[in-house]
Amino acid sequence: MDNVDDGSVITRQGLQCLLDALAQRGYTVVGPTVRDQAIVYEELARTDELPAGWTDEQDGGHYRLKRRSDEALFGYAVGPHSWKRFLHPPKVSLWQATRNGDELRFVPARDEPPRYAFIGVRACELAAISIQDRVLMGDEYADPHYRSRREQAFLVALNCSEAGGTCFCDSMNTGPDVKEGYDLVLTELLDGDNHLFLIRSGSEEGAEILAELPREPATEAHQAAATAVVEKTRSQMGRSMPQTAIPALLMDNLEHPRWDEVADRCLSCSNCTMVCPTCFCTTVEDTSDLEGVTAERSRRWDSCFTSDFSYIHGGSVRSSTRSRYRQWMTHKLATWVDQFGTSGCVGCGRCITWCPVGIDITEEVRAIHDDVSSRDKE
Amino acid sequence: MARSDQKPRLGVWKFASCDGCQLTLLDCEDELLQVAGAVDIAYFPEATRGSVRGTYDLSLVEGSITTLHDAERIQDVRRRSRTLVTIGACATAGGIQALRNFADIDDFMAAVYAHPEYIETLSTSTPIADHVPVDFELRGCPISKQQLLEVLSAYLCGRRPVTPAHSVCLDCKLRGNVCVMVAHGTPCLGPMTHSGCNALCPSYNRGCYGCYGPKENPNAPALSERLDQLGMGRAERLRFYRTFNAWAGPFREESERHEP
Repeated sequence: MDNVDDGSVITRQGLQCLLDALAQRGYTVVGPTVRDQAIVYEELARTDELPAGWTDEQDGGHYRLKRRSDEALFGYAVGPHSWKRFLHPPKVSLWQATRNGDELRFVPARDEPPRYAFIGVRACELAAISIQDRVLMGDEYADPHYRSRREQAFLVALNCSEAGGTCFCDSMNTGPDVKEGYDLVLTELLDGDNHLFLIRSGSEEGAEILAELPREPATEAHQAAATAVVEKTRSQMGRSMPQTAIPALLMDNLEHPRWDEVADRCLSCSNCTMVCPTCFCTTVEDTSDLEGVTAERSRRWDSCFTSDFSYIHGGSVRSSTRSRYRQWMTHKLATWVDQFGTSGCVGCGRCITWCPVGIDITEEVRAIHDDVSSRDKE
Repeated sequence: MARSDQKPRLGVWKFASCDGCQLTLLDCEDELLQVAGAVDIAYFPEATRGSVRGTYDLSLVEGSITTLHDAERIQDVRRRSRTLVTIGACATAGGIQALRNFADIDDFMAAVYAHPEYIETLSTSTPIADHVPVDFELRGCPISKQQLLEVLSAYLCGRRPVTPAHSVCLDCKLRGNVCVMVAHGTPCLGPMTHSGCNALCPSYNRGCYGCYGPKENPNAPALSERLDQLGMGRAERLRFYRTFNAWAGPFREESERHEP
């Protein structure tokens, strides 16, 4: 269902009414909040748990919270968490087996996830969710754990009012404006003491909830202000991905010396894959008890930067850091397209910010691109 | 797989160490009766009286080799052990006492003892695997109780223990921790340290001290460069690498690269 109305404006109290309405409908409300000097996603009930007046400074391997001069609730870029944490959890129990004499019984783990409502889902994050939808439930082999969480989730999206130092959604065509895939979408409008949120619905349930909120119709001035917010954000992108045919560029340059250079810097610590909102790889682990009576299989996030990840009979296929980094980046930007029809990168910048040594995926693409184009000119 | 009625005989052996890893077995409290039910604790001086006798199906070896006597004793332990598992940083890397490997042992003895001539010791502290073949190494200073139970459970049903060799970072991210290095500028050994502690220190906003030794495929020079950018000086970095796992390859090489 398309936008069922042309927009309303709500106040901060109206936003509280939204949180209350979601909680009343049985949703577990999750949104941004400050913890351990970062803006993370956690359960929240009140708007005063949102990071009012905070922003962030981001660069390669660098993240710091800073005070803003206003009381904006969403005046920052994405932090270390992504919604993947909730839709595709880090650890899931799959089944238990118990033995009674010669009888062996397998019992699937009970998976009764909460119905999540996410507050402040940015355009790049909606794009990431849509990519994981394709990967984890886009064909006949759907992941039941992901699907059960995803199908019940209520998404309150957000048009970005602040781009971070490592953001590049504009050059990935995923943001900063929200286009589709939401139940409600907010744009934060700050004009002196006048603190409002333009709100539109994108689903039937979104429209129902919106109808319950204290609101005013949006004026043309509100609409214009909202457009200006997004355009300002678009002009603030800290990074950009080179505009070229990246899959061909990477696949034609698999032996480029740049892979060796990045391997010298890469810690193969797996942080980039963990924070990436589209990286979906997992491994399974089996445990058994001391008495040999019960066993359990669980699943957890894994990374193509570990040796266990590519271990097959006889050893690890990718033992060098060079081969691991190349695997990650060529999958993310090139073979992902063959496999799933889109790039695996949404330009959120998390892999740049949360890499302890600040390796920058846009810089790596640019280095190969610039080198190849300069050689072509010669 | 039906188990035989005869319980495997367990031996717990101590070499140069603080006993902390053996204590982890006693710390099992809730699971201790299960352990005692699953194995015959045949030799464990820390817990029970008993003398060395016959062979042991499973030996847990704590501590490093620092004396000639111990260098001979570990050969005997190996001969008596069907499966030998080393536990803790001393047994797997030489422990904190391997700091002697970087200095002159005679200077230490002269500084510490009134009569150094009474001291019989080797000039190095070395891991058990330098002396005898080891079937499995369990890392940590001290080892984790959960991992020890995992090693015992895996041994009992004949499977490989799940003790992944990935970085502490991966565990931090599983827990949802905010990276202390990126967000706070706190020096952290997590990116080159082996998993096992469930990211204990970073979960309390401290940098990782590297208690579990090097992860597989670490890149210490790149980490050093970052620590330098964070303001950690060369001498400080040398000490950072030279703690409980000082003699473990990648830690040792990186600290030696930092020597004046």
